[in-house]
Amino acid sequence: MSVVRVEGVRKSYGALEVLKGVSMQVERGEVVAIIGRSGSGKSTLLRCLNGLEPIQAGRIEVAGHTLDSSGKGLRDLRKDVGIVFQSYNLFPHLKVGENIMLAPRVVLGCSRAEARARAEQTLAQVGLAEKIEAWPDNLSGGQAQRVAIARSLAMQPKVMLFDEVTSALDPELTGEVLATLEGLAQAGMTMLLVTHEMAFARRVAHRTVFMHQGLLHEEGPSEALFSAPRTAELRQFLSGGLK
Amino acid sequence: MAFEFQFQPVLAQSEVLLDGLYLTLELAGTGIVLGGLLGTLLAVLRGVVPALRWPIGVYVEVVRNTPFLVQLFIVYLGLPEAGLRMSAEQAAVITMTLNLGAYATEIVRAGLESVHKSQIEAGLSLALTRWQVFRHVVLGPALARVWPSLSSQFVLMLLSSSVFSFISVQELSGAASNVEQDTFRSFETYIVITVLYLAMAMALRVVLAVLGRVMFAAPVRAR
Amino acid sequence: MIREFGTSELWFVVSSARWTLALTLIALGLGGVLGFVIALARVSRLAPLRWLAAGWIGLVQGVPVLMLLFLSYYGLSLAGLDLPPLVAAGISLSFYASGFLGEIWRGCIQSVPWQQWEASAALALSRAQQYRYVVLPQAVRIAVPPTVGFIVQLVKNTSIVSIIGVVELARAGHLVNNATFQPMRVFCVVALVYFCICWPISLAARWLERRMHVGRAG
Repeated sequence: MSVVRVEGVRKSYGALEVLKGVSMQVERGEVVAIIGRSGSGKSTLLRCLNGLEPIQAGRIEVAGHTLDSSGKGLRDLRKDVGIVFQSYNLFPHLKVGENIMLAPRVVLGCSRAEARARAEQTLAQVGLAEKIEAWPDNLSGGQAQRVAIARSLAMQPKVMLFDEVTSALDPELTGEVLATLEGLAQAGMTMLLVTHEMAFARRVAHRTVFMHQGLLHEEGPSEALFSAPRTAELRQFLSGGLK
Repeated sequence: MAFEFQFQPVLAQSEVLLDGLYLTLELAGTGIVLGGLLGTLLAVLRGVVPALRWPIGVYVEVVRNTPFLVQLFIVYLGLPEAGLRMSAEQAAVITMTLNLGAYATEIVRAGLESVHKSQIEAGLSLALTRWQVFRHVVLGPALARVWPSLSSQFVLMLLSSSVFSFISVQELSGAASNVEQDTFRSFETYIVITVLYLAMAMALRVVLAVLGRVMFAAPVRAR
Repeated sequence: MIREFGTSELWFVVSSARWTLALTLIALGLGGVLGFVIALARVSRLAPLRWLAAGWIGLVQGVPVLMLLFLSYYGLSLAGLDLPPLVAAGISLSFYASGFLGEIWRGCIQSVPWQQWEASAALALSRAQQYRYVVLPQAVRIAVPPTVGFIVQLVKNTSIVSIIGVVELARAGHLVNNATFQPMRVFCVVALVYFCICWPISLAARWLERRMHVGRAG
């Protein structure tokens, strides 16, 4: 059964059409990597899935919630979809624990104790249980990103979106974040990742999607896609390095 | 002939002076709280209701480009002409609120605009409503960032309250002119009053700094 | 006898703006010179000079303009100088301007990166030469927008000297109001004249500031 269903989604910024009719599906428990050049629309697609960018045409269904160009059902959808950003976007005025507790408390109406329990549990899951009273500004980039992941997990989402979550990190810090992602994948979380980490995508993602000029250009099981790309564009992309 | 300082006659009137001091604190305190609230409210409103952007902008510009004293005259002397009667103290509080409100609107607006869009997106993507995002994610850091500017403006307001003596409010400056007339020691009187204003301004700065520490505990960076 | 607020009254108010402008210019000139000295003293290598400047700034920014006015008015007359109100007013406003300009300019001087001091010292420039050829030219550029912004505060605060009888705008308004008893009309006109002086200066300050930021980004 599909947890994410995207049908003919179109998105423009002014005259520039970024998504030109994208359709895809993600099954429960599946890990899908989205790769492509910058400007190919991969991050935009992810942001559309969470309603951060309004779409001009098409239909997005996530965990049973439908999002169309009218923008209805947005908050219900967001309760079930977590997103982690490249720049962490932790709230600087709240301690780590409070960052995580905010949404469970004000959105789900959890008691303080329950929200706290969720914070403790998700922090343990990302290996940062001892940071619950720390301020975001005192964390390393890798730690901040793992807290951001814990913050999304605390909403107990059905799907997690990751938007280039290691791109802002120093090389020696990407490992800890990727390990956290891998742990999530093994625990059965449904995940969509926009990433430049090709080795990671190949090893962890069940399926990889190559986006090119606003369209899904090629997709398939990761191993097959990376070892035997069918289209010239993907071959060129894979041989040409990251960007 | 050398001038001889005589502070005793002035200090003998300390009761009058303390009453004035107390009234200054009361008026300025009220004006600061009300003006701060008005400014925050208008800064938020102009962001939420586009139709209000223009009228709020006009209000801010008019207040910031005319003297406080003239604003006071319009409120205290002009408004009764339009049928709005009020005591001098009420006129003082109203003028202060309107004046500080305009400055605070500008300051808080800058604070709100300094909160990065990605913070709002992070809040929205956690399924918070727009209001919840504003209340829990935007407002705190915005105010924390502009708290030093707001504090300076509050101190300026406290000092500006001295012009209420122009409409015979018996705050510290008003009390001073009474003491001066009774004692004929003008210079000494104003030295004493100056020291009192200095002390009040310093105390207010300390109070506001402590308040900022308590309200905005996080080490929020400049940007 | 109650008079109407007619053209002659209007003219009286508008023309009294010249004293508002005169006071502003006096305070800007005298206060500017004094403020410059204070700014330099504030960043001096001699600690007592720094303390003195900091004390002056703290005093001026910590008391009402009205008090500065009374203190200079009565202080100067006790010192045996029987000055006309206009001069006393100009002096007290100069003190006021010096405290604020000194602090603004101190910030500008200190915002010049310390590497500039280092680099110019490495070229064997004396302290005075460092100021003259390296630091001040850069500081002046930064100082223009906030200085222009401060002029608006100065114009507005000249209204306070009306209490010692200088017939500038605010005082003129008061006099006309006493004759006509039409305070709303009179003081709105007074406010309008102030606005016509201050608003263009505010706009200029904002424009200068924006231009500088663009210049820095590009």
